[in-house]
Amino acid sequence: MAEAAAHDHDDHRPHGWVRWVYSTNHKDIGTLYLIFAIIAGIVGGALSVAIRMELQEPGIQIFSGLAQMVYGMQGDAAIDGGKSMYNAFGAAHGLIMIFFMVMPALIGGFANWMVPIMIGAPDMAFPRMNNISFWLLPPAFILLLSSMFVPSAPGAFGVGGGWTIYPPLSTSGQPGPAMDLAILSIHIAGASSILGAINFITTIFNMRAPGMTLHKMPLFAWAVLITAFLLLLSLPVLAGAITMLLTDRNFGTSFFVSDNGGDPILFQHLFWFFGHPEVYILILPGFGIVSHIVSTFSKKPVFGYLGMAYAMVAIGAVGFIVWAHHMYTTGLSLDTQRYFVFATMVIAVPTGVKIFSWIATMWGGSISFKPPMLWALGFIFLFTIGGVTGVQLANAGLDRSLHDTYFVIAHFHYVLSLGAVFAIFAGWYYWFPKMTGYMYSPVIANTHFWVTFVGVNLIFFPQHFLGLAGMPRRTVDYPDAFAGWNMVSSYGSYIAAVGVAIFLYGVFEAFQKKRVAGANPWGEGATTLEWQLPSPPPFHQWEQLPKIK
Amino acid sequence: MRKFLASAEFLAGTVASAVLFSSAVARADQPREWEMTFQAPATDMMRQIERFGNYTMWFIVPITILVLVLLLACILRFRASVNPVPSRTSHNTLIEVIWTVGPVIVLLLIAIPSFQLLTAQYTPPEEAKLTVKATGNQWNWDYEYQVDKSFSFNSAVLQDADRAKSGKEDRSLYPRLLAVDNELVVPVNTMTRVLITATDVIHSFAVPSFGIKMDAVPGRTNETWFKAEKEGLYYGQCSQLCGKDHAFMPIAVRVVSDEQFKTWLATAKTDVPAANKALMAEIDGTNKVAAAGN
Repeated sequence: MAEAAAHDHDDHRPHGWVRWVYSTNHKDIGTLYLIFAIIAGIVGGALSVAIRMELQEPGIQIFSGLAQMVYGMQGDAAIDGGKSMYNAFGAAHGLIMIFFMVMPALIGGFANWMVPIMIGAPDMAFPRMNNISFWLLPPAFILLLSSMFVPSAPGAFGVGGGWTIYPPLSTSGQPGPAMDLAILSIHIAGASSILGAINFITTIFNMRAPGMTLHKMPLFAWAVLITAFLLLLSLPVLAGAITMLLTDRNFGTSFFVSDNGGDPILFQHLFWFFGHPEVYILILPGFGIVSHIVSTFSKKPVFGYLGMAYAMVAIGAVGFIVWAHHMYTTGLSLDTQRYFVFATMVIAVPTGVKIFSWIATMWGGSISFKPPMLWALGFIFLFTIGGVTGVQLANAGLDRSLHDTYFVIAHFHYVLSLGAVFAIFAGWYYWFPKMTGYMYSPVIANTHFWVTFVGVNLIFFPQHFLGLAGMPRRTVDYPDAFAGWNMVSSYGSYIAAVGVAIFLYGVFEAFQKKRVAGANPWGEGATTLEWQLPSPPPFHQWEQLPKIK
Repeated sequence: MRKFLASAEFLAGTVASAVLFSSAVARADQPREWEMTFQAPATDMMRQIERFGNYTMWFIVPITILVLVLLLACILRFRASVNPVPSRTSHNTLIEVIWTVGPVIVLLLIAIPSFQLLTAQYTPPEEAKLTVKATGNQWNWDYEYQVDKSFSFNSAVLQDADRAKSGKEDRSLYPRLLAVDNELVVPVNTMTRVLITATDVIHSFAVPSFGIKMDAVPGRTNETWFKAEKEGLYYGQCSQLCGKDHAFMPIAVRVVSDEQFKTWLATAKTDVPAANKALMAEIDGTNKVAAAGN
C-alpha cells in the first residue's frame, strides 16, 4: 500500500483507451459499469416493449413476423418460432435486467463510485480485481445475447425457460446450445459479482478512515456491505445449481432427472436459495441511496440510523430462510408451507421500519423537491404498494390463487421495476453532478420522472387485476376476456419507453450545456464525505485521510 | 375501494347464480372483460380464499393510504417554503417501538386466518368419492378416471376448425384458448381428488374458480381436491411455463348432475367422444327448455 501511495500523482493518470480498459481506478470502473448498465437496460427494456406489443391484443401479432425477420422462418414454422421467441424474450428480459442492468448499476456503478469516497478510502481494496469484475460482464452479456440466435429446441431459438430456467424444460426440454450459452453467461456474471462482493467486504472492513466506526458509516455503505455478504453466500449456490444443470445436459448426470433418481424440485430449492436473497441484493443498495437522498433534501439526519442499518441486516439474514415461498404450488408439505409463510411475513417488520423511518426523516424537515427527491418519494410510495402485495402473496393459502399469475408480475415489478429502478434514477440524479461535474436540466429530470411514473403505473397496476382474474404468467397469447387490461398495460409500456428517451436526452443535454455543478449542489443537507470533494472528484481522492470525529 | 367493488361483485354473483341455478342453466365460469377481482367461486375453498383475500385488503389498503397520507403531510407541511428551519430530531424510542410492534400485530391478525385457510386446503373435509389423475404433456392433458374399470382420454385446446364438428360454436361458452376438445367431467357436490403428474416438463394444473393450483412434476405425484357446488363449465390454464405452446393447454372442467355423470361414465368407459356428445346434447336440451320456460 505504501508503495502504491508513492505512485499516486495525477500526472501518472493513464490516457486514452488504456485508462478505461486497464483501469484500476474505482471511479473509472464505476463509470464503465454505469455505461454498461445503461446499454443493457436499453436492450432489456426493448425486449419488454416487444413483449408488451405482442400482448397488446389477443392473438399472435408481432413475434411470428420477428421470427420471420430474424430467423428467416416461413409460414407455420414462423408462428411456432415466434412463440418460442416470445419465451426467449421473457427469459432474456429477466436475466438482463437483473444481472446486467440493476446489479451493475447499483453495485458496480454507484457502490464502486461512492463507497470508497464515503468511507474515506483512496480506492477499493483490490483495484485489479475490480477491473476484472467489470471486464467479465461484457463477455457474459455477449454470451447471453448470442444465446438468442442459436437453437434451443427443434424450431426454436434462444433460452425459452424464463429467467428461473427450471429443469426439465431447461434440460431435456431444450437440448440445443442456447441454454449452455446462457448457463455460461450466468456463471461468468456470477463470478464477476462474487469478486466484486469480496472487494466491497474487504474495502469496507479495512479501509474506513480513522474515526469512522461501523456505526458511523453512511447507510449506503451499510447497504452495500450487507448486499456483498448476500452475494457472497448466495451466488455460489446458484453456480452449483447451474453447474449441475450443465452436467445433466452434457455429461449424463441426473441431478434433476426423475427417471434416474434425481429431482427437478431440487433445482428449484437451490435456485431460490439464491433467488430470494438476490431480490434483496437488487433492492438493498436502493434502500441506502433513498436514505441519503431523503436526509439530504429534508436537511435532517436520517431518523433512527441504527434501526435503519440493522433493519437491513435483518432483511438480509431473514432473506436466506424464506426461499420456498416461491414454491408453494410445487407440492410442499403442509408444515413446510406453514414455516415459509411465517418466515416470509417476518420480513415485513424490518421493511416497515425502513418505510416509517424515511417518513420520520422527512417529518419536521425543510424539504426541497429536487429531482432526486422526487424519485425517492416515488420509490417509497410504490415500494410500499409492492410490499403490501408481497404480504398477501406470503400467505400460501391465498397464493394458491395468485401463484404464477400476473398478480406476481405486478408485485415484483412494483418492488423492482418501480422500486429498484426508481432508486437507480434517484441515485443517478443525486450523484450525476458529483460524478461528472455538470448539472442536468431539472426540467428534463422532472419530466423524466412524471412520464416514467405514469407509464410504469399504467403498465403494472392493471396487472394486479389480470392476475386476480386468473391470467397465467409467461403466455404469448391469452383468452379474449383479458384483452382490456392488457391493452392499458401495453400503452403504459410505450409511455415508459418515452421516459427512457427523455432520460437519455437529459444526459446528452447535461454534457452539451456543461453547467458547472460545484462541489456540493445540494446544500447543507448533503453531509456525507463525497460532497467535501470537488465535482468531479480528483483521480485519486483522500491522499490525506479525512478525520471523522 | 377494491374491497367494496369485490363485495358488490360478490353480491351480484350470488344473486346471478341463484337465478341461474333455479332455472337449471349451466353457467360457464371464466374470466370476464375488465375483471378486477377473482372469478366467481365455484367451491367453498375458493370462497374461503376470496374471503381471506378481501380480509387482507382491510389491512393493506389502510396501510398504503397511511403511507400516502404521511408522505403528503410531509410534502405539504415540511416543504422548504413552509418550514425553512429543519428540526434535528433523529430519535424517538417510543415511536420506533410502535412502528415495530404495530406491524407485528397486523401480521398476527393476518397470520391466524391465513394458517386456518392453509390448513383447510390440506385437510379435505371428507373422503374423496372420485379420483382423477391429470397428467401434463407438452401441450395437453391426459385425464385418467380411477374407477372400477379405469379409463383415460386426452384433452387438448379446441381448434377453431373443430368447433362446428364438436358443436362448440358458441364462443361465449367455449372461449378461444380456454375451450378443449374433451372436458374433464365431474359430478356436482362430490368430493373429487385430483392426482397430478407430468410426463415431460413441469406443468401446473389450475382452475381459478375452484381455488386450486398444483404443479405437475415429472416423477412426482401431487394431490389436490375440490368439491364443485354448481353445475357448469369451469376453465383454467396451465400455470407453469412449459415451452412453446404453454399458452395453449387449457383445463376445462364440466360439472354435471349425479345422473348425468353416471350416464356419461357408463359410455365413456368404452367411448369418450360418444359420451361427451350425449352429455352435451342433454345439457343443451335442458338449457333450451329452461330458456323456453323463461
